[in-house]
Amino acid sequence: MRALAARPWAWSFLATAAVFLATAAMTGGAGALGLAQAALTFAAFSAMVGLGQMFVITLGPGNVDLSIPACMTLSGTLALKAMNGAAGTELLGLAVALSVGLGVGLFNFALIKALRIPPIIATLSTSFIVQSTAIWANRGLRIKPPPRLADFATGATLGVPNVALAALALAILAWILLERSLYGRTVSAIGQNPRAARLAGAPVDGARIATYLLCALLAALAGFLLACFAGGAALNMGAEFLLTSIAVVVLGGSSVAGGNSNVPGVWGAALLMFLVVSMLNTYGLGAGVRLIMTGVIVMVVIFLAGGPRAPRG
Amino acid sequence: MRRADLLRVLVPAFSFAALLAATFWLQPRAMSYLGLNLLFNLAVPIALATIAQMIVIAVNDLDLSIGAFVSFVACVAATFLNDAPLAGALILAAAIATQAAIGAIIHLRDLPSIVVSLGMSFVWAGLAVLLLPAPGGAAPGWARWAMTARPPFLPMAIVASVLIACVAHLIVMRSSFGVALRGLGGNARSVERAGWSVLRLRAGAYALAACFAVAAGVALVGLTTSADANIALRYTLLSIAGVILGGGEFTGGRVSAVGAVIGALTLTLAGSFLTFLRLSPDWQIGAQGAILILVLAIRLLLHRREAAR
Repeated sequence: MRALAARPWAWSFLATAAVFLATAAMTGGAGALGLAQAALTFAAFSAMVGLGQMFVITLGPGNVDLSIPACMTLSGTLALKAMNGAAGTELLGLAVALSVGLGVGLFNFALIKALRIPPIIATLSTSFIVQSTAIWANRGLRIKPPPRLADFATGATLGVPNVALAALALAILAWILLERSLYGRTVSAIGQNPRAARLAGAPVDGARIATYLLCALLAALAGFLLACFAGGAALNMGAEFLLTSIAVVVLGGSSVAGGNSNVPGVWGAALLMFLVVSMLNTYGLGAGVRLIMTGVIVMVVIFLAGGPRAPRG
Repeated sequence: MRRADLLRVLVPAFSFAALLAATFWLQPRAMSYLGLNLLFNLAVPIALATIAQMIVIAVNDLDLSIGAFVSFVACVAATFLNDAPLAGALILAAAIATQAAIGAIIHLRDLPSIVVSLGMSFVWAGLAVLLLPAPGGAAPGWARWAMTARPPFLPMAIVASVLIACVAHLIVMRSSFGVALRGLGGNARSVERAGWSVLRLRAGAYALAACFAVAAGVALVGLTTSADANIALRYTLLSIAGVILGGGEFTGGRVSAVGAVIGALTLTLAGSFLTFLRLSPDWQIGAQGAILILVLAIRLLLHRREAAR
């Protein structure tokens, strides 16, 4: 029990295993492999944006990136437009997607720094403008991704979906970044007490700009892969990730007050959220009940994990 | 009124007046009974939702569920409230009681309001889908009548906005309950020492916010005549933007009811302004973002000057 309490992320994996077994039992074990693959694929996208959101939330109270959905949509749209479905343009598309992320991240931080407004309202303003740009660029867009890229996004290596492998690799990098690098320690320190971090000589502004850049880059990459996976960019493709990106961070056992985050939990929570939905699907329940159950899970977890919070600055 | 408080209301008021003047200059025909009504019709539910968000922000919380809640109310209004008014009213009363309970739980367990309201937003959205899986329903006759009434001299949209601003101002800025609410956002401990129950205050704040959100949902259905489960999802972000645009701040109980209504009107006007510039409506949402950034920049400049004096 004590080992569990020290690892808040373990709960999300236990719950994921339980839900997986409950779903597989319903179908009598048939399709368990397919279910696992689908879960890994869809959780990969939530995990990718969740990792970025996790770094932002680690920065402390008031730090949330609301521009993730808009960034995903614009990156997917512009990348597909640049590639125009032609073979051999895959790297160009990736470069376009990442530059969208770079631009959005820089714009976010410029607003936060120059206007001295809370990050919530800065990223909100950015998301309005970015979303508008995406609507303008997406008008009448019917472009499919290049075949090789589509095959990669929907394919699997040794039975594991490629997007899941990519998201897993990113999670390992994020884990090293958060736990072992100077940058990650600085971000946690800022989240625990920004004043103390500044007085200790930590590069507060540098860490903040890197965090907003990282979050936007991950969102752009997720949008790029999602557009390739879905075979096209839709205007509402990012919409569900606004709440999902925050939910996976919180369900994964990271502190909402910042300063104390963990990477494995993001993956666990992303898997859990997808599996709960597919479990209710197998039990024949409609969209309404699925949404309600998602909300109930978020609230039960925060209720149980509540109580003493990380000290605030 | 302190200088800073005056500035808080004046900046949004002037930006709104400037935008309105520009609109009239571009399209003089908008300066009429019909034109004004068309410009600001859809601002009425947004203004109500913004007031609801403002009340939650006044106690240092943030409500990410307002859009889903207003959608749910709209679905109830277009189904039960129309077919069986008593049952509909009971459902809405239960929804308000639920929000009050959420406020109490947030206080008792010291939970982050962002996450709790995030969870509730899924719940309200799910209930809305259960009520109306496909767009439909019909607005109650009285809601339709109230939103399409044609009062003399001033169009309904303007009359309603002024009314909302006055009522909210009286409750939040003038009543002792409102003062205690903003005090809770400023310094919870001193409010408690003054003999107020912080638990009741926070639950009351959430209940009051839910009342305004219910009004927003009913007003929205009165305008659109039918509802669907996603009808007001954008209100979550719009209401936050409206509060900030109207001079409110996320912490310290520093909010302005009149400012919040002006903020909501400005956001609505920013959207239609583009049509008069003959720009593509694709940029409608972007214009709202741009106006938000512009007003915040102006405010920063004014505050800097104020501080330098």
